[in-house]
Amino acid sequence: MQTATALVLLFVVLSNFAVLGTTRLTTCIRSLALQGLLLGILPLLLASRISAHVLLLALGTLVVKAIVLPRFLTWAIREAAVRREVEPTVGYIASLLLGTLALGLAFAISSRLPLPQVRETLLVPVSLSTVMTGLFILTTRRKALTQVIGYLMLENGIYLFGLTQAESVPFLLELGVLLDVFVAVFIMGIVVFHINREFDSLDSARLTELSD
Amino acid sequence: MRVIALCVLPFVAALLAFLMTGPRAPRMRAALLLSVAVAHTGIVVTLWSGSVAPVLAGWLAVDALGLLVLTLTSTLFLLTALYAVGYLKHVRPRGGRLFSTGLLAFLGAASIVSLSHHLAVLWVGIEATTLALAPLVFHRHDRRSLEAVWKYLVLSSVGIALALLGIFFLATAQAGLPGRPLVMADLVLHARELHPAWLRAAFLFLLVGFGTKMGLAPLHTWKPDVYGEAPSLVGALMAGALTSAAFLGVARATQVAMAAGQGPFIQPVLLGFGMLSLLVAAAFMIGRHDLKRLLAYSSVEHMGLLVLGLGLGGAGAYGAVLHAVNNGLAKTWLFLVVGNVALATGSSAVAANRGMVHVRPVSGMLLILGLFAVTGSPPFGLFLSEFTILRAAIDTGHPWIAAATLLLLAIVFIGMASALLEVVLGDPPEGAVRARESAWLIAGPLVLASMVLLLGVHIPAPLALMLERAAGALGGFAP
Repeated sequence: MQTATALVLLFVVLSNFAVLGTTRLTTCIRSLALQGLLLGILPLLLASRISAHVLLLALGTLVVKAIVLPRFLTWAIREAAVRREVEPTVGYIASLLLGTLALGLAFAISSRLPLPQVRETLLVPVSLSTVMTGLFILTTRRKALTQVIGYLMLENGIYLFGLTQAESVPFLLELGVLLDVFVAVFIMGIVVFHINREFDSLDSARLTELSD
Repeated sequence: MRVIALCVLPFVAALLAFLMTGPRAPRMRAALLLSVAVAHTGIVVTLWSGSVAPVLAGWLAVDALGLLVLTLTSTLFLLTALYAVGYLKHVRPRGGRLFSTGLLAFLGAASIVSLSHHLAVLWVGIEATTLALAPLVFHRHDRRSLEAVWKYLVLSSVGIALALLGIFFLATAQAGLPGRPLVMADLVLHARELHPAWLRAAFLFLLVGFGTKMGLAPLHTWKPDVYGEAPSLVGALMAGALTSAAFLGVARATQVAMAAGQGPFIQPVLLGFGMLSLLVAAAFMIGRHDLKRLLAYSSVEHMGLLVLGLGLGGAGAYGAVLHAVNNGLAKTWLFLVVGNVALATGSSAVAANRGMVHVRPVSGMLLILGLFAVTGSPPFGLFLSEFTILRAAIDTGHPWIAAATLLLLAIVFIGMASALLEVVLGDPPEGAVRARESAWLIAGPLVLASMVLLLGVHIPAPLALMLERAAGALGGFAP
């Protein structure tokens, strides 16, 4: 089990780097879907025994994070006819380097914050690095859709951290998954569609009419 | 029972308001809005006498801090609902249907925030307030309101996500301890046994997360845009009630951290956020050309004062809670009056609204009184609470904070006064006619103004007791 969990977490890190280094929105979405799949498997690997609750959590996570959200994003791309790609304000190589730095930082931080009940030592650093990667994507990419992807990665990182507490505080993780649904419906469904209609582009950098 | 009714009733009414159709629906929705507001306030008033047992395994309960925010929210909602009846006669954003639904859902969410003693429930409530009000910001469906709602949703979603991470950290700090996870009573009871490193991390994330919703600098960037674009009664609820709900989130985190003896760690952080907010507000307040954006920076200023009070501790905590009440009343008052101004001329820009005292005499007078109230001049309530916070700064050995705050408050006054005096006393444009003002539209601001005035002269005994208890929970005391 330990090796399987470590392997899954390794793939989560790799999918972070895939989003950081790609020029194509479709690759971003595929990496995000892969990440959702991995996140759905993790509760099964980590649970001390497989209960109905764990199964439901895994299934819910899979459906929302690996199927519904990526489909929504793909739909939004098609609907908005996004052709141009990611448009980072920080270059790809620099992004990858910063991603590596974030990973190192995450390991450094989590070695100083001991978990009271240690089960899977890799979970905390991978979670923190995913949170940082998400925040980084959110702040340095200009397209509204890419920002949504960054936000969802941030959420994935929080979910990973939540897995350490899944048994003591059972319904918190589900809340996080529900937050994803909220983001999907609100930000993407309504706002992305309207941004495209009003501005003929999904470039949130064009949202600059309001300023002081 | 009453506690659950307060949370459920508004949501049921919201659903009803959404389902109403037909030619008589606007009137029925107005009646529904008003009756729910009155019923809600009525139930809240009964909570003030006697004690109420916690319900749902202690997830919902009534304590001093929560009851103060709940009462404030309920009062502001009732007065805003009165205003909404008059407002929806003039402006019909999409038939008023989404409008009434959003307002009622907001009341339910804010009640959950005030009554929740489980941090995850509190988090859900704060998230729901965003969900309820965001569509109302986007009421005109144009570019500017779209930009505002986009900024609001992205920033507050990130904030709320970080707050969730903070809640997970807190659960980690509590792991292995007896008691129900994340329930305030048990957190406070075993506060000294919480893992200190995780508790500190949790506090920082909760402060940043809920601070984004409060609009503390540097997390305030959505505020001018959203307040500027939102209809003024939505702005009134956001600046008065929503910020107070978010403040309650920060206060709960402070409550746990203070009980754990983490004061020396959290107080400098709170002071830093407070001073930065005051600084940013003062710097951006000078030369604003739009009344709503001006009020947004004023809100940043007052949020700064709130966390400043928390950070000072002692009598500062009392000042902060009192200031939360005063600020909620005063900010709603001003937003509603600015709404009257904007209804008269169709714009909230300073240049378009000169000579308001000639065109809309009551609103003009209320605006100039509001200027003095919101900048903390005597005899208004905000003077008293700001004075309490300043004196706490000196008493706790932070004279330079008191001096800097005074200087920044003076700059804020100049900024507010130059814009508002121009609006009220400037020369009205050619052809502007004096008009009678609808009673619906001035009743709310008049009541709010008298409340702020009353709180400056005399704090009623039950309120003083409740403030003292709330300050005690935050590790402070009455001056």
